[in-house]
Amino acid sequence: MSGAVLSVEGLTVSLPKGADRANAVEDIDLAVAAGEIVCVVGESGSGKSVTAFTVMGLQDSRALKPVAGRIMMDGEDLLRVGRRRLRKLRGEKMSMIFQEPMTALNPVARVGDQIGEMLEIHTDLSASGRKTRVIAAMEDVGLPDPASMYRAFPHQLSGGQRQRIMIAMALVLEPDLLIADEPTTALDVTTQAQILDLIKDIQARRGMGVLFITHDFGVVADIADRVVVMQHGRIVEQGLAEQVLRAPEHPYTKMLMEAVPSMTPPEREAATGAETLVVEGLDKTYGHRGLLGGGRLVHAAKSVDFALRRGETLGIVGESGSGKSTVARCVMRLIDPTSGRVLLDGRDIAGLSQGALRPVRRDIQVVFQDPYRSLNPRRNVGQSITEGPVNFGTPQAEAMARAEELMRVVGLDPDALERFPHQFSGGQRQRIAIARALAMQPHVLIADEAVSALDVSVQAQVLDLLDDVRDRFDLAMLFITHDLRVAAQICDRILVMRQGEVVEQGPTADVYANPQHDYTRALLAAAPGAARLTV
Amino acid sequence: MLVYILKRVAMTIPVMGVVALFVFALLRLSPGDPAAVIAGDFATAEDVARIREQLGLSEPLVVQFGTWVWSLMQGDLGTSIFSGKPVTELIAQRIEPTMLLALTTILFSVAVAVPLGTLAAFKAGSLIDRFVMLFSVGGFSVPVFVLGYVLIYVFSLNLRWLPVQGYRSPFEHGLGPFLSHITLPTLTLSVIFIALIARMTRASVIEVLEEDYVRTARAKGQSELKVLMRHAVRNAAVPIVTVIGIGIALLIGGVVVTESVYNIPGLGRLVLDAVLARDYPIIQGLILFFSFVYILLNLLIDLTYTFLDPRIRY
Repeated sequence: MSGAVLSVEGLTVSLPKGADRANAVEDIDLAVAAGEIVCVVGESGSGKSVTAFTVMGLQDSRALKPVAGRIMMDGEDLLRVGRRRLRKLRGEKMSMIFQEPMTALNPVARVGDQIGEMLEIHTDLSASGRKTRVIAAMEDVGLPDPASMYRAFPHQLSGGQRQRIMIAMALVLEPDLLIADEPTTALDVTTQAQILDLIKDIQARRGMGVLFITHDFGVVADIADRVVVMQHGRIVEQGLAEQVLRAPEHPYTKMLMEAVPSMTPPEREAATGAETLVVEGLDKTYGHRGLLGGGRLVHAAKSVDFALRRGETLGIVGESGSGKSTVARCVMRLIDPTSGRVLLDGRDIAGLSQGALRPVRRDIQVVFQDPYRSLNPRRNVGQSITEGPVNFGTPQAEAMARAEELMRVVGLDPDALERFPHQFSGGQRQRIAIARALAMQPHVLIADEAVSALDVSVQAQVLDLLDDVRDRFDLAMLFITHDLRVAAQICDRILVMRQGEVVEQGPTADVYANPQHDYTRALLAAAPGAARLTV
Repeated sequence: MLVYILKRVAMTIPVMGVVALFVFALLRLSPGDPAAVIAGDFATAEDVARIREQLGLSEPLVVQFGTWVWSLMQGDLGTSIFSGKPVTELIAQRIEPTMLLALTTILFSVAVAVPLGTLAAFKAGSLIDRFVMLFSVGGFSVPVFVLGYVLIYVFSLNLRWLPVQGYRSPFEHGLGPFLSHITLPTLTLSVIFIALIARMTRASVIEVLEEDYVRTARAKGQSELKVLMRHAVRNAAVPIVTVIGIGIALLIGGVVVTESVYNIPGLGRLVLDAVLARDYPIIQGLILFFSFVYILLNLLIDLTYTFLDPRIRY
């Protein structure tokens, strides 16, 4: 292909013996032309990141070995150039930005110096020459006051700012190719929108090629010129973004796109069950004022009010730092509210002592975000599910019988109770976590970003399951999420939070169709793919 | 920051108070009567009683403690029962060899162990790594006194490269004699620290090498050596410094044995002699002194963290 800054031809990367398949990626053909953004999209395990890392030569070389194919860049095969040459190409010809801006920067070095390191490696510029270039690069990615931010350490910057630093670092030498591995996944929606705009803008100005790895079809819709869809290490479909988005050919592509939750909430009837959870004037502050008025006081939740009926799902949406998780934790009494009332079936639990709280605990159960860390790896699934009821006096045999029944409810084989968490996939683990919560026969189920760590196809199934168990057990569900698409699909009512305050609440359909607050409007506009993806 | 340092220094006072109480109680609870030791094997009961009276040992414990703390607050650590010299003077006389031995040991250990551990981490799983780990296990296992005598046998008696025992002050005799005398004790005492610090460095660097920012550095085209030096070791430093701090505490035990093996007139020997003679004031004084040094060292290490890691602020 002429004009291609990168062309991958027949690339196969093998996995070590004993892995679940022979090759991480197989027979990959893709090209990135100058001035083009190519999105590689796929779920976890699709091989999209392996492809990107192999281009940079950054894959874990002990486990992943390229065994066939070529990676051509400017007439050179990257799989066959020497290490020294590859190091020279990294940064000069191609560079990479990563998913986690929080950890991708060295925490003990100043950000300006980290950008400058790129110039130190690849150019002969003097220290002052480097500094000038770095500040220009920081300005170019829209960082405020680069001259003083030059001396900042990464922890002093926000996630979005850190990702901008990463971009400035990657682009300071004006490479032909930028590889972006899920660069916005860890960011808030509004920040995500800004970073996507920035990448598009710089890409257009400089005419560089971008290989953009993502799992999110919304992001694809926002920035891709061409799309490459990967599944189980193979490319199943590729083509112009317009075409693939409008008329996907491969069933997997169709499934992926259909699994992206719609921004249009379905019709929902208002719940009529009894109010089981009422929160009044909930306040939570962290830190304390010093003796002389110094110190730091963070108001994580400011007079939050809401009521939740049985059979109803209330969504709390907001970005990081909005206070949504603080509210959930106060309701669960994992932390103590500073003031306000939390009424569970009419009884105020906001001020109960730990001892008095114990019997209340079974009425409020929670499903956490990360299914890989919320189950004890040393206990089998049966033990995890029955532990709670047994603590509250249910005989072991009875608890076990109920666990078997719940496994069926959540769509798993009861025989799997003998197995350990690591033997399950992420989606299955989340099902187990739901079964564990249900085993306590709660009135209120709190789902704290419960589907955020899951692939879209799995996400849709777990959402269906949550909806199903809510109806079956007449639960009141509090659904905490940052994802407006997910919230649209599952919540009857939503509550939008920003900086500890509720800025808007109402029936989901009303809020989405007719947002009252500027912030809600901004959030809705920032949701990826809002413009082009109207599945 | 300054407020923090002042607070920490002020906090040493109650800590020292607790240490003082423990030291006093432990010594009084342990069997053995200094008066009987002083009086000798042929003393009568009256002799012993007279000596007890002179030493103030027949006063009630509370009075003894009160008297002791009162003089402590005036900077008086008491007077040795046997030599009759003030404890502060004894410590001052003996402090130089011990301080210098500790210093050479720490410097030498860090200089050897940090590169060794980093190399092992970088080549994790290789022959070099296994050799370093083997040395580390060995270093932990060999008792100081065994190692000391082996080194003397090899380097002093067989090869005749270094003097067998003794100490030469660099201030009186110059650097050459000092170094030739301090080399073997330093080696002896260093082995266990090298083992400890190398192990910690290896673990810490291996962990850091998995971090995302190391990948970022590689993505910039940085060479492996510089990735290691600029990104990995600096980030691995905090746990390493912590272990060095713990090491200094261990050092106090090692010094006692090493000074005996090499016949060095330092604080370690003073401790040993005082314990054998049940010279209470010296033991009390030394324990207090070591506690104080230890608290100050901890403060110093905590302050070092702020230089190593900008996220740590007090």
